[in-house]
Amino acid sequence: MKRKPLKRPSPWARHALLVLGGLIVGLMSLGAIFAPWIAPFDPEFINVNVLLQPPSTTHLMGTDALGRDVFSRILFGGRVSLWVGFVAVGIATSIGLVLGLVAGYFGRLVDEIIMRGVDVMLCFPSFFLILAVIAFLEPSLTNIMVVIGLTGWMGVARLVRAETLTIRERDYVLAARAAGAGPGRIIFRHILPNAVAPVLVSATLGVAGAILTESALSFLGLGVQPPDASWGNMLLEGKEVLGIAWWLSVFPGLAILFTVLGYNLLGESLRDLLDPRLKQ
Amino acid sequence: MAQVLKKIFIKLIWVGVVFFGITVISFWVIHLAPGSPTDLQTTLNPEAGLEARAQLEKLYGLDQPLHIQYGKWLNRLVHLDFGQSMSGDHRPVWDKIRERLPLTFGMNVASMILTLLIAVPIGVTAAWWRGGTFDKVSTVIVFIGFAMPGFWLALLLMLWLGIQWPILPISGLTSLGYDAMSPMEKIWDITKHLILPVFIYTSGSWAGMSRFMRSSMLEVLRQDYIMTARAKGLPSHVVLFKHALRNALMPVITILGLSVPSLIGGSVIIESIFALPGLGQLFYQAVMSRDYPLIMGSLVLGAVLTLAGNLLADVGYGLADPRIRTGQGRER
Repeated sequence: MKRKPLKRPSPWARHALLVLGGLIVGLMSLGAIFAPWIAPFDPEFINVNVLLQPPSTTHLMGTDALGRDVFSRILFGGRVSLWVGFVAVGIATSIGLVLGLVAGYFGRLVDEIIMRGVDVMLCFPSFFLILAVIAFLEPSLTNIMVVIGLTGWMGVARLVRAETLTIRERDYVLAARAAGAGPGRIIFRHILPNAVAPVLVSATLGVAGAILTESALSFLGLGVQPPDASWGNMLLEGKEVLGIAWWLSVFPGLAILFTVLGYNLLGESLRDLLDPRLKQ
Repeated sequence: MAQVLKKIFIKLIWVGVVFFGITVISFWVIHLAPGSPTDLQTTLNPEAGLEARAQLEKLYGLDQPLHIQYGKWLNRLVHLDFGQSMSGDHRPVWDKIRERLPLTFGMNVASMILTLLIAVPIGVTAAWWRGGTFDKVSTVIVFIGFAMPGFWLALLLMLWLGIQWPILPISGLTSLGYDAMSPMEKIWDITKHLILPVFIYTSGSWAGMSRFMRSSMLEVLRQDYIMTARAKGLPSHVVLFKHALRNALMPVITILGLSVPSLIGGSVIIESIFALPGLGQLFYQAVMSRDYPLIMGSLVLGAVLTLAGNLLADVGYGLADPRIRTGQGRER
């Protein structure tokens, strides 16, 4: 049987995905940031004259059971997603970065303790724990961001540790050490900058994961509380009127789908661009 | 052989340590959080005063220091006693969990099998004809599948198959006339109720798994022994199934073991959407009523299932890879 030679996707194809991912993420971010100026209606304005209206030219995505404009609520819900994504991933990345650098650089017992801690956390049914903590602490945006961040650092720690292990052996690190640089300087001046690329990739993919977790929590009623809009709690409201108002369930879900898709595309194509092992 | 035994021994000790770590963290986090199970029975009840509250706390042992509470809890656990539920019925936690376990467990196993049946062929085909039409199309679909929130897909399917074109039930485990059905009809009735939930479970894992299968396969196809096998003129199906697929499947076993926590987490959402009386729903109710023993019981069970998944993956790995069985090859 004849086989085509193994062909790598052309660089252009990979850039196309990068551009597409960037466009989606950019568009969604702009919509969220400028929501107060773009939104045609106040997202919390209740109008009893237009309950459950299907999409029209006035209400692009229809109205909900309280007569609020769905399009405006989606724009404002985007702020929640953007915020959760960045803060939660910021927390997770910082923890993972520090622990990974320390474990990788110092090795031995320190490494052993940190990495076993990572193993314990990975065995956690973490969604159960997130759910319990959020329910106990009163659901709020801050609590969600912190808890998602605190339960999501293990991947980054592993990644950074592996990077540190290889970078640590490079000649320039040896040179720095010979010149009398201490561990702090070596870690932050010489190792960290060289480990940024994979961390950036994992953070981009992490934003997608955090957005999904937030929307799932809000969908269970344990996330952002009404009247504040989040894509998850809009879907929860949509579920109540599933049979009579499809637009309430379709549009917020599409918003989640596109945003997560955008971050995933961006992350994966960044990985292809930055990972030297795939460039060979 | 001695080496293998030593490895198993170390592994078992490690499992014990992880399990202990999980219970300690869970116990502290849950008990330190503000609020108490007695809230629901006291502050919401105007007739119950501070005295009644103190009595209740004493009854549940909540007035004691945390480490003593933990010690008592652990002591009971060693005797396989999860304690009694703090909610209205006061039934043993284990009984409440046991009656719900088969449903959640069954759905998870069914969806794992389904995931493999979908993901392995997709990943292998995409990797074998890398860069071809199938690879491109499947990559696009996988990306969309990856970004699809399971609960949203559930809503769409309920709307489509349950309401607009009602061929599947969308809520509960049995139909109204269930008791009057014949055994065969009963099986069919439950199956019908489980089609959508199992499908949603699978939708959450097939995309990642097929992506993983693809990269694992690509990694194997790059190896020297594949080139050797091709160079000596073996037919491609032999190279594919005998040399490549077997080796590429191994990392998949590990991932399958690691996916247990997310499957358990997913059960909360899926069971709440489809109103299924499983573990996820039980856990949700426990969290909402701050039923400490029940929450701890569920977390422990989740941890045990996860660790069992990891152990099984290790054993499967060992059985599949002779390098590990004989203690040779790379250090793990």
